[in-house]
Formats: sequence, structure tokens, C-alpha cells
Amino acid sequence: MVNLSVTLCGLPLDNPVIPASGTFGYGWEFAAWYDINRLGTFSFKGTTLHPRLGNPLPRIAETPSGMLNAVGLQNPGVDRVISEELPRMREVFHKPVMANISGFSLDEYVEVARRLDGEEDVGWLEINISCPNVHGGGLSFGTSPEAASQVTGAVRKVTHKPLILKLSPNVGDIVSIAKACEDAGADGISLINTLMGMRLDLHRRQPILKNVTGGLSGPAVFPLALRMVWQVYEAVKIPIVGMGGVSSARDVLEMMLAGATAVQVGAANLRDPMACLRIVEELPGVMEEYHITSLQEIIGGAHA
Amino acid sequence: MQENTFVLLENTPFTDSIYRMRLQGAEDIPMLPGQFVNLKIPGVFLRRPISVCDWEGGVLTLIYRVVGEGTRIMADMKTGQEVDLLTGLGNGYDLSLAGERPLLVGGGVGIPPLYFLAKSLRKQGLPVSLVVGFRNKRDVFMDAFSPLGCDVTLVTEDGSMGEKGLVIDHLPKHATHLFACGPEPMLRALSAVCPLDGQYSLEARMGCGFGACMGCTMETLSGPKRICREGPVLRKGDLPW
Repeated sequence: MVNLSVTLCGLPLDNPVIPASGTFGYGWEFAAWYDINRLGTFSFKGTTLHPRLGNPLPRIAETPSGMLNAVGLQNPGVDRVISEELPRMREVFHKPVMANISGFSLDEYVEVARRLDGEEDVGWLEINISCPNVHGGGLSFGTSPEAASQVTGAVRKVTHKPLILKLSPNVGDIVSIAKACEDAGADGISLINTLMGMRLDLHRRQPILKNVTGGLSGPAVFPLALRMVWQVYEAVKIPIVGMGGVSSARDVLEMMLAGATAVQVGAANLRDPMACLRIVEELPGVMEEYHITSLQEIIGGAHA
Repeated sequence: MQENTFVLLENTPFTDSIYRMRLQGAEDIPMLPGQFVNLKIPGVFLRRPISVCDWEGGVLTLIYRVVGEGTRIMADMKTGQEVDLLTGLGNGYDLSLAGERPLLVGGGVGIPPLYFLAKSLRKQGLPVSLVVGFRNKRDVFMDAFSPLGCDVTLVTEDGSMGEKGLVIDHLPKHATHLFACGPEPMLRALSAVCPLDGQYSLEARMGCGFGACMGCTMETLSGPKRICREGPVLRKGDLPW
């Protein structure tokens, strides 16, 4: 018998597989495909203080082994997430969920975190300081250690829930930003958000995305994400949630050996609605193949 | 919504860029007129959404235009190959609104889903008027409506076949409800000149096709709608144009 359970920032997970924010809605869309209680947890759609429609269409483009998105944080706003989405989610998901929070100001991050802190169903707060698709927000807090520290410290004051900072790869030195978050009181780090990219439409000689640029995700980014998880693991003591192009049980093992305590799966959900279930189901067999009996024991195992 | 494996029966060109694909699947898979399927294509990451042209006896017909990398690979797919499809996607047309004399208007690759719709309306015993538009004679790929007993008006922009002009120039006077599918400029023009209540099928670049990624959300008069989930068929009163 193999053991898939891990502990993420003090809370137990039945397995380390977590659908990433923005690819899983509030769970309902996937409950039509499988029992989502089979997952460790999931990170729900990025939530802001006010409702957002997001960017104009097109918001999606194909790339080699991946995709670009420029959705732009479409969400109904924190109050409707609490009054409508969370009660609906409870019908199909019965574990603590990861709340993903975005903002355009320090005050917004703090206010959204404060409101979600009161929700019993929320296990972890994942603070997105890395969205590449909105202007004047998100990413600007994730590109310097000082700003990242400021957001972490401010949100820390309004919540006792485990606080995870989601970092951008679109920076010069992700390690210094991760350390700044740790020093300011973060309980965990998740990485990576998408990489900024673009595609052109040759017929129109214009960018495919109306937003011009979008976030690159999918298998194409996996080696880069793995490298960053590796580097951050060497520098911080708090747990890491690894993500970026994960699409198989083997990818999960690589991420965990590089230093991830849990693993998020993003773009794969959009290609295969049952991607995460398949990964959960494949894990025991793949673990046996590599003589792994407990996932908790392999975290960071590739570091000498 | 289901994930199903189909087997490719036929994949043949109609014109330079329009292909017809027929696939065999299990007969009991639910599909409605106006819904679409999302095909997994080896070599590209995202699936490709294509409207259902016909679904009968376990045989699915899709008609698609080769526009880019994904559809180019589709055009090279071989008979006998297995294809992974997400089926039963989107809302589809509401046939109960058809009234006594439904009018169907389509343009280009917006025409195929009207075939499944026309067939379903004819099965209900309704007289179906159909106006279909193409750019010119070389683009005309579909003449299968006549056996269904539809009253068909074929329109080409240059008059090289059928009537000359745009579909909006050749709308019949008496109809009870409009079902439309085609390029957005055609739909906009249609909604401007046709006073009938109607259902308009839209298209968009999609991420997932089943409502998860919010990649295709558009603002309508009744709030944001995902083209893949609350659409692709929108009621005239919701159109933001």
C-alpha cells in the first residue's frame, strides 16, 4: 500500500493533486465529469473585491505544447463568491478549499482576504501577486521583494489561515521574492503563474489576443517551472506548491522531488476535463514503479 | 457532456478549404441541434470545437473549414483513426420556439449546424424555409437540404450561383421564428434588419469548451455568458449589438 497523503501548511491533503486557479471555476463545472472529492483540494477562480468581466475576446490562443490566456480575472466579486459560489460548491465538494485572491491595491488584497478569512470552507488563502493579464494590478506586487513583502505582511494581519503567496516567473530573481514573502510571514509559496507571451494572426497581421499579450501555460513551461521550484526550495523553509505544465503522475513526482509539497494542475484540465482524476488514479502505480511508498517522504528528495 | 471515442469513417474535401468528416460512435450519445463537439487533435494542445452537422444512428457528421494548424491536421486525419471527443457541449437551439413557419438563415461554415436543426424541425412536421449564403459558386458546399423538403434559397455574393447578394436581401416575408448561424458580420446585419424573435449561434476561440476557463465569455444584455456553456446560441434580446 502506498501513501499519497501530504500535509500542506498544517492541513492534511488526501493527495497532493490540486487543480490550479482559473482552470477549475468553483468546482461545479468539473463535478459534472467526476467526483471532485477525489482531489486533494482545488484552488478556486481568482477573486477580487468587485465583479470583473475580464478582457475582451479573443482571450485564448494555441501555442506549441500549451496555450495563452488573457481572461483577465473574470469573477463575480468576493461578496457573491461568498453568498453564491461557496454554498453551491459545498454541494459537490466537502473538503477545505484553497481561496485564490487577487487585487489592484494593497487595501483590496487585505479586504478580500479579511472577508474570505471568515469562511469555514476555506482552508488556505492563495494570494496571487502574479497575474500578467490585468493592468495596474496583480503582477506589479509580485515583481519586487519589497512589494511582495508589503502584501504578505498586510494580509498576514487579517488572517490566521495558512497564507500562500503565488509568484510570477516574469521576474529577474524569483528566489529573492520568495524569501521576502517568507520573511513577511507567508506559510507557503506557490509557483509558477503563467509566463507572458503572445501570438500573431498571419491573416490579419495582428496579435491573436485582444489584450495583445497573455499568460503561457501547458507542458511547454514544465522544465522552467521545475527549475524555479528547485531554486526556491533551496532558499526557503516554508512549503512550496509547484505548478506549471504538470499533466501526468510522473510530472507530479518530479515536482515533489524538486521540492514541492503539493502540485497544482492547470492547463491540462482544459484539454482533458478528467486530467486531475487520471493523475490521482495513476499515482499509486507510478509510485510503485519508482519504489516510492509515501509521497510526504520524497519532498525535495532530489536535493543532495 | 461526455467524453467519447469515435472512429473516423470518412474525411473528404468539398472545396479547397471545406471538409466533411464522418465519425462512428455509440448510438445513445445525446446530441442536440446547435450543440458542438470538441475534438482532441494529435499535435496541438487545445481541442477544436466544431458544430454538429448531423447525428443519426451513431454517425456524426462535421463540416469544417481549414483555417489554421489544428484544422490542417484534422484534414490529414485518416479513416479508421480513433478520435477523442467531448460531446453534448453548449446549449443548442430551443426548437419549442419555432412556431408554425421557422426560418433558418446561414452563411458559410455557419450552415452545417442548420442541417441537423432543419432535419429535427422537419421530423416535427414543420415547413422549413432556409436561406443560405456563400461568397461565390466555388464556395458552395452544401445542397443536402432539398431532400429534407425544405424551401431553400441559395444566395451568392457575386451571383455566380442562385440569387445574387446577401442573405438579408432574400429573407421570406412570412416566418414565425429565426434560427441563424454564420459569421458575426452576417449575424449583426441579420439582427438589424430581421424583426423576428430569433436564436443566433455565435462562435469564439475557446479554451476548454465546457465552461471552466472563462476564455470565451462575452457581455450580453442579460449579463456575461460563456459562448461554450450559456451559448453558443443566444436569444435575439440578449445580443449586445
